[in-house]
Amino acid sequence: MSPAKLVLLLLTVLLTALLAGCMAPAGMAATPTGSTLPADLDFSATRLSDNGLFRATYTSDATPVPLNELHAWTLHIESADGAPVENAVIHVNGDMPEHGHGMPTTPQVTQELGNGDYRVEGMRFQMGGWWAITFDIEAGGQRDRVTFNLQLK
Amino acid sequence: MHGRKLLLPAALVLLLSALVACTFNPNASTWSADEVQTLRSLSLAVLKPLPPDPSNAVADDPAAAALGERIFFDTRFSANGAVACASCHMPERHFTDGRPFGVGVGVIPLNAMTLVGAAYSPWQTWNGKNDSQWSQALLPLENALEHGGDRTFYAHLIAEHYAGEYTALFGPLPDLADATRFPPHAGPVDAVAASIAWETMTPDDRDAVNRVFANIGKALAAYERTLLPKPARFDRYVASLDDHGRPQGQPILNDDEIAGLRIFIGKGRCTNCHNGPRFTNDAFHNTAVPGAPGYPLQRGRIDGVARVQNDPFNCLGPYSDAAPEACTALRFMVTEGDTLLGGMKTPTLRNVAETAPYMHTGQMATLAEVVAHYSGGGYALLGHNELTPLNLTAQEAAQLEAFLHTLTEEPSP
Repeated sequence: MSPAKLVLLLLTVLLTALLAGCMAPAGMAATPTGSTLPADLDFSATRLSDNGLFRATYTSDATPVPLNELHAWTLHIESADGAPVENAVIHVNGDMPEHGHGMPTTPQVTQELGNGDYRVEGMRFQMGGWWAITFDIEAGGQRDRVTFNLQLK
Repeated sequence: MHGRKLLLPAALVLLLSALVACTFNPNASTWSADEVQTLRSLSLAVLKPLPPDPSNAVADDPAAAALGERIFFDTRFSANGAVACASCHMPERHFTDGRPFGVGVGVIPLNAMTLVGAAYSPWQTWNGKNDSQWSQALLPLENALEHGGDRTFYAHLIAEHYAGEYTALFGPLPDLADATRFPPHAGPVDAVAASIAWETMTPDDRDAVNRVFANIGKALAAYERTLLPKPARFDRYVASLDDHGRPQGQPILNDDEIAGLRIFIGKGRCTNCHNGPRFTNDAFHNTAVPGAPGYPLQRGRIDGVARVQNDPFNCLGPYSDAAPEACTALRFMVTEGDTLLGGMKTPTLRNVAETAPYMHTGQMATLAEVVAHYSGGGYALLGHNELTPLNLTAQEAAQLEAFLHTLTEEPSP
């Protein structure tokens, strides 16, 4: 390769790199660091409880799940073989594992709607990021915990 | 051969023009799609309509707002005839006062919060000791350091000066003419004579006065609900972005302001708390802000919770117009845990450059001091500190501050 060709090639590479850099959003390099978000988090709205006793599904009245807005969820609980779970006693807790604090409200199950559905009022999130919402469920003399992960914006 | 010799200079020209275009191209993509979404979430364009206040039946009544506005500026509603709500919540200062401490009849060792957009918040004041604007408005009226009056004094003022407006809104006033039943000064206040006078009144008469007092608050709140944030340069900038994060039209923010905005939503983690179109999550946080020298440390939310639970003028009380189930702030309030001690409400950042000094006791005179606090971190003397230092460079701190200046509302066209 002649020196002229080499220079030409180098210039072309430079030009391409420059244009690519110019067109990419500058913000891509500015992602906040220090996140401890586990790589394999399951964000499904239907999850099995820790010991597999219950399968629970949440639906939010407000979608996508909003920031700074009081809203309600419906929690559906069934047994592992798909039968609706009635008369459950449920405690709700929301936590931001990366921040060491929880929700600005104390949500409560306020009504059993039937067919394994429960109304959860007082849901409010004040911060974007990873949330872990746990439901401690006690029904038919059995107790188990289900956790939903949310990534809020 | 001739064409070959031209190739090298041609490539050089291309390279140079690309460099120039890259530096000066106004259509360069500034933000990723995710960032555009974040920026739009901060814009006033997405501010939702004001939520109703079910505890205040006249909250959205223009006649109540008109009465409230007159009372808001009326200095007769104070012990010395010189203090009105507007003494600390000055319209020309975005309803703050420019002082570290409020100055009423005495000096109140707390910084006056802006009222602009406050109607959106489920909690009022730094520690959230009120669950409505109307119950909040009552506290300064009877605080010895603020307006310094008492509730029979205010009821008499209404009967004397605003009877027509009042009765049109709330129905007949009680007959306050009998000074033994309704002393000129009586209320559950620090002043001993007025406090004793209050205790000697019958429960029915006290209730009648409480109702007038609550209605004064409801009229004031109806006025305060009309104080809403107005668009700032930042909002115009967000509106100018296309879906690919490219600003269209004339430049609205300069490079430093844009760099500051990038820090605000990125490295600065400011949107953890200052999120949404009002730049506040209305929640309580302990960020190790030092107390005012010489004054007791403010215990923050833990005191606010205790106060609002026992407030006869809260949403669940006898003077509220709400059905109990509508009192959602109280029903789902966090009443325990280590986040309460030292927690202060996140203030809005709209107009922040115009509302110095900063923090709950105005202990920081400039935005540069505030940014320096969040950059350097601090040690919480009370409670659990949520703040991790941002370690901003001097340039980043200056850029962040430059961005905060873009949140000042612009004059209406």
